[in-house]
Amino acid sequence: MQDKTLFRIMQDRFFKLVVMLLAFLSTLPLLWILFYIFKNGISVINWRFLVNLPKPVGEISGGISNAIVGTSILVLISCIVSIPVGIASGIYLSEHRKSRLSYFVRLSVEVLQGVPSIVIGIIAYLWIVKPVGSFSALAGGIALGIMMLPVIVRSTEETLKLIPYYLKEASLALGVPYYKTILKVILPTGLSGILTGVLLGIARIAGETAPLLFTAFGSPFMNVNILKPVNSLPLLIFNYAMSPYADWQKIAWGASVVLVVMVLFLNLIAKMVAKKWKTIS
Amino acid sequence: MKKDSLKSEIAFQKTIYFSGVVILLLLLGIFFTLLFSSLPSIKAFGLKFLTGREWDPVSGNFAALPFLAGTLLTSFLALVISIPFSLSIALLLGEYSKGGAISSFLTGMVELLAGIPSVIYGFWGLFILVPVIRFIELKLGLVPYGVGIFTASLILSVMIIPYSASLGKEVINLVPRELKEAAYSLGGTKFEVIKRVILPYARSGIFAGILLSLGRALGETMAVTMVIGNSHFLPTSIFSPSNTMASVIANEFTEAVDTLYLSSLIEIGLLLFLITTIVNIAGRYIINKVSVEVR
Amino acid sequence: MENHILKIENLSAYFGKNRILKDINLRISREKVTAVMGPSGCGKTTLIRCINRMHELVPEAKVSGKIFLYEENIYDLHPIILRRKIGMVFQKPNPFPTMSIYDNVIAGYKLNGIKISRSEQDKIVEESLKKAALWEEVKDGLYRTGTFLSGGQQQRLCIARALAMNPEIILLDEPTSALDPKATQRIEELIVELKKTVTIILVTHNIAQAARVSDFTAFLYLGELVEYGHTEKLFTVPEDKRTEEYLTGKFG
Ligand SMILES: Nc1ncnc2c1ncn2[C@@H]1O[C@H](COP(=O)(O)OP(=O)(O)OP(=O)(O)O)[C@@H](O)[C@H]1O
Ligand SMILES: [Mg+2]
Repeated sequence: MQDKTLFRIMQDRFFKLVVMLLAFLSTLPLLWILFYIFKNGISVINWRFLVNLPKPVGEISGGISNAIVGTSILVLISCIVSIPVGIASGIYLSEHRKSRLSYFVRLSVEVLQGVPSIVIGIIAYLWIVKPVGSFSALAGGIALGIMMLPVIVRSTEETLKLIPYYLKEASLALGVPYYKTILKVILPTGLSGILTGVLLGIARIAGETAPLLFTAFGSPFMNVNILKPVNSLPLLIFNYAMSPYADWQKIAWGASVVLVVMVLFLNLIAKMVAKKWKTIS
Repeated sequence: MKKDSLKSEIAFQKTIYFSGVVILLLLLGIFFTLLFSSLPSIKAFGLKFLTGREWDPVSGNFAALPFLAGTLLTSFLALVISIPFSLSIALLLGEYSKGGAISSFLTGMVELLAGIPSVIYGFWGLFILVPVIRFIELKLGLVPYGVGIFTASLILSVMIIPYSASLGKEVINLVPRELKEAAYSLGGTKFEVIKRVILPYARSGIFAGILLSLGRALGETMAVTMVIGNSHFLPTSIFSPSNTMASVIANEFTEAVDTLYLSSLIEIGLLLFLITTIVNIAGRYIINKVSVEVR
Repeated sequence: MENHILKIENLSAYFGKNRILKDINLRISREKVTAVMGPSGCGKTTLIRCINRMHELVPEAKVSGKIFLYEENIYDLHPIILRRKIGMVFQKPNPFPTMSIYDNVIAGYKLNGIKISRSEQDKIVEESLKKAALWEEVKDGLYRTGTFLSGGQQQRLCIARALAMNPEIILLDEPTSALDPKATQRIEELIVELKKTVTIILVTHNIAQAARVSDFTAFLYLGELVEYGHTEKLFTVPEDKRTEEYLTGKFG
């Protein structure tokens, strides 16, 4: 009996050890990736790198300014496309929790969230690029907007659901009309929660490449016309990483550092906003 | 005054209602657009599209079996590789170290892992993992491609760990505390409680988590595209270069000039959409059912 | 008072910085029922969870002091051994939903990886269910899951599960608070029956229940042991004013 107990205790400890080991092993690739891109990328980054345009192979001091501008344009378009609809349907879902439409909208949001990004790319191609007749920032922005939409709907719904019911009642009891109660009392209360969702949404799409391959397409030039192709950081990384030229690969490493820092920074801000939101509610 | 506010009220209700409708229409629009744009290919190849092995843009023969096989192989392999790791993270966060320094460190790392863009995983894979695999293949006496299904699965497994670990944690947290305490009060060790009470109880939730992770893996594009080797042939081993449904679209969509070629690629997109949707809905359905039962 | 099975010496328990139990000293008599009473939040659950070392399962929870089971300090034993000697029944019935009634009763053996023959298992299941006065009601459906049973039956199943391990002591944490009067009465009868073979520590809110079934009563207030003695004496001539106020319903 005693022996068995000893065995069981050892077995328990061994299992715990294995669990710890495997859990920490899985963080290793992350450290490896971060280490590697910073090692290769940090030396490339300087002011000129951020403000110059890409140069043909062989010429030095090429930069990624067009990709940074392109990514900003794409993010801006996708925000314009997705935020109003996303917040409005989030409000609908939280106000009509049990309606038939809510059920289907919720289902759609879940399905949309799982649609592979490359499929969204195809859709934006068929809806925008084909009719317009050219790759464009608009098409890319819309593709990214579709990807961001479910994130915003969900975070809006979840946030508004958490707002205490008495707040709404207090406002209604003062004779404030329903829509004003929602817009002036409920939404502002949940603002930081919704903002968190938006930031997480941006962090998610800023690094997306697949939906841009045949929508925004990429371009070596600086472009701010939304009906023309634009470059973006992930596209630039993809194209340069797959190129056989060491110079371009170097630029891709540098761009990776910029992209990773940007995405992680967005996540960090989102987290801080979320924390603030939690202490409020 | 009163009338004005009534008007605004109605306008407001209409706005939020139609936003909901827009989302519904968006999804239906996606489905029907894919379907109609696939029609030329569906008409030309019918069911042979799923069973044929030839994908030849030159002769105009398109069939998707190699890519279906490549997708399934890569995703399943990635799942198999990632499960021990994500389960460990889930157990550590859900059971061993609730709160405390270890768990917040691990949570932070997992969140970072989830935040890294796909293209960067692919870039890293291309420059680090591919040479390593090539070396291993040489040692094993295989053709040293470096790229291929195995390489893609490895990267994919790292990419889905954060997702499946957080699902796993969610599911493990659903196990009522009273049950665990009952098991401890009978003298069970942590290992025994996990094995006999937590895992059996969380069984269907874990299954759902695996389904949802599979849904993720099936549609992942960039990292896979960069390291899978882009071959049009049916894979013969897990080290073969191959293509997934997503990667063949990513590679060939802009080259596809004639209608049938483009339509075949879109049909692959349609299949991918259907498969991931079914897998996701099934997974979500099970998870929702489990969480309702618990409450 | 001789024949003590459990001696609690200077026991203090903490959740983080909060001191929940303050220097408890208590001797529990063998094969008797000891009731632990007191207002909500005074630390009754915490006290009995210290006795089988379940308290430590909560992160940030700490204890100081000693508890002797016979002559042995329980903090020198491994918890998994101790918990087999000191069984526990919880406030809310908690049979394992993934197991049949049969498997629930021998869950302790299964969990502990103790291999016993089928006939021995059958014997343990039957005996434990009989002791828990549940045998007649479930003997024809032993392989159904226990979640179909009524609350009172589930609670008796949990008692059978604890009894199956042949514990020295059983800790009952308000075992009837989730049950109707009829089911409560059955459990109370069961407790009286059980004390012939096993020591029982019973946490209860119900003053009448303590009076009906217990031999000794401990009264806790704000983490302190205010009074402890024969139930009869404590109920008729309480020494402390706080005990008297509690018994006459002035607070709690
Ligand atoms: N997990 C915990 N973390 C922190 N504090 C806790 C925890 N559990 C209980 N407490 C605190 O410890 C004190 C004693 O709790 P305990 O559950 O022992 O009281 P009790 O006498 O059993 O009450 P009741 O009659 O309501 O069951 C309470 O003040 C409670 O707030
Ligand atoms: Mg209690």
